Amino acid sequence: MNRIEKIFKTKRAQNSKIFIPYIMSGDPSLEHTKRYVAELEEAGADIIELGVPFSDPLADGPTIQRASERALAQGVTLRKCLELVREIRQTSQVPLILMTYFNPVFKYGIAAFIKEASDAGVDGVIVPDLIPDEADEFIRAARQRGLDTIFLLAPTSTEDRIGKVVKAATGFIYYVSITGITGSKLSIGEPMKDMLALIKNSTRKPVAVGFGISTPEEAAAAAKMADGIIIGSAIVRLIAEGKDIKDFAKKIKEAI
Amino acid sequence: MKFKKSPDSKGHFGVYGGRFVPETLMPALIELEKAYKAHKEDRAFLHELIQLQKDYIGRPTPLYHAKNLSEKLGGAKIYLKREDLCHTGAHKINNAIGQALLAKKMGKRRLIAETGAGQHGVATATGAALTGLECEIYMGSEDVRRQALNVFRMRLLGAKVTEVDIGSRTLKDAINEALRDWTTNVHTTHYVLGTVFGPHPFPVMVRDFQSVIGKEARRQILNAEKKLPDCLIACVGGGSNSIGLFYAFLDDDVRMVGVEAGGRGIGSGEHAARFAGGSLGVFQGCKSYLLQNDEGNVLGTHSVSAGLDYASVGPEHCFLRDMKRVEYTFATDEEAMKAFALLSETEGIIPALESAHAVAEASKIAPSMSGDSVIIVNLSGRGDKDVQEVARIKGITL
Repeated sequence: MNRIEKIFKTKRAQNSKIFIPYIMSGDPSLEHTKRYVAELEEAGADIIELGVPFSDPLADGPTIQRASERALAQGVTLRKCLELVREIRQTSQVPLILMTYFNPVFKYGIAAFIKEASDAGVDGVIVPDLIPDEADEFIRAARQRGLDTIFLLAPTSTEDRIGKVVKAATGFIYYVSITGITGSKLSIGEPMKDMLALIKNSTRKPVAVGFGISTPEEAAAAAKMADGIIIGSAIVRLIAEGKDIKDFAKKIKEAI
Repeated sequence: MKFKKSPDSKGHFGVYGGRFVPETLMPALIELEKAYKAHKEDRAFLHELIQLQKDYIGRPTPLYHAKNLSEKLGGAKIYLKREDLCHTGAHKINNAIGQALLAKKMGKRRLIAETGAGQHGVATATGAALTGLECEIYMGSEDVRRQALNVFRMRLLGAKVTEVDIGSRTLKDAINEALRDWTTNVHTTHYVLGTVFGPHPFPVMVRDFQSVIGKEARRQILNAEKKLPDCLIACVGGGSNSIGLFYAFLDDDVRMVGVEAGGRGIGSGEHAARFAGGSLGVFQGCKSYLLQNDEGNVLGTHSVSAGLDYASVGPEHCFLRDMKRVEYTFATDEEAMKAFALLSETEGIIPALESAHAVAEASKIAPSMSGDSVIIVNLSGRGDKDVQEVARIKGITL
């Protein structure tokens, strides 16, 4: 059982929810990222999602786009993100997920990336522009190494798409709470509840909700409908403004 | 071997193409694929499209024997396929009208598009005005500055032009932003992608809407010369005007040359020659040749012509290159500028700087060909939009 599976199982047994904060690796520097990981873990993060900067982040809103630009300006690459994970693993066993666009992985070599990510201590990978239909090689390599392949579903997803994604996903299913990009305005209501029920009907795999959650209240409301919640832009914004993230993370954790 | 073919059910031309998009967009792509498949067989839709091609776009466009240019160069007879005479001044309208019509049939109420130089933006704004749909065009702030005239044209046509102020602030960033808009407004909006690129079904759909160029040219040249041409030449940015000309001839014994933007030369790194300087990558929805660094980040490009200034190229072109069916070469900024002047002076036709790249290749190969051989050059657009930029390069204040 890998770290992601284990944490969901443990929390489910305790009837509590998973908190997954997202930060961009190397924003404003890799040293900062290491410190933020430690702070988030102390604040009660169950899993931490590390963004890999990319020149053309088409699923991201302005907040994460700018963070990506800042990290690239620091010379952060996929290879350096893997080194970062290796360093974090010397002191922490918190479950770690990489969120990267597909081209850096493709250029790295899919098999080489999966092997090195797994060796470094990565537990799962999210590739927002890779759908299961195009992911045969990626999934095969990841299964061999026990790395989770976390795929996304959205409010637009049809039953056919839900079936495909649920089958290909391991670790958990990432439900994109809005028809849109990261950091958009969230609306939690019946449609979201219905979609989550539809997904839950077709799988026993955990489901975490992300995109657009920015306050403890929203986190609490979303957590009621799923196994966990993901917060990215709100934390990345605090970092950009040079503000403390630990208190915010604590408040989220308490709220859910 | 048959080269005229459709991609597989997931949009692959060989190893190229496919769909690399956020899951949110998948239902829209599947809906679009189904709607397109249904309408392209639908007589009423085709009738409406053909009527508009004729009365609105001004098709068929002439195939013009450029006698002065042929004589000046010596060698092959050069014909120009006059897409510059299309309504709005370039071949882009062939696709924009097709997609606008399709979007209307699908019940969408809003069109969005990316644009670099502004030609596709103008074409889409025109299609939106014609079909009565709302329209928003994304354009990098760097391009907005360089193409003020086209920005104003789009606004005159009733479109909203939104500047994209991130990344390199050019075409690729406008595409990212258009994809983000589509991801957000997918229920009401159709994304009119301007070239044979992006996720399936765009590459095949745009090709089909542009293939009218080659269908006409094939008929016209058989009429004029009683034989097929020896060679076709077209410039390749995303690759829509070139595939539009080539497609009807793919299974004929006709040589084909695609001309990429060589910018300041391949060695300089400042170019948009994906085949000469790129490698296999995944970008903005499909797998193709891509100008990228070792880390898989997309490189900046340069060309004197904004329409060729793009880091990747249509997946079907990669396939046709692998199959050795189409040859790909490049022309530098300097060669394109010379061809721009040459065509203007010999024929009284000011070509778009994009199309000037094709003319440059013709002037390289025509002299070594026999006098009874025939070349067709796709004159994909007119040069009015480039006049200011050419003056600037020459250091002339207008």
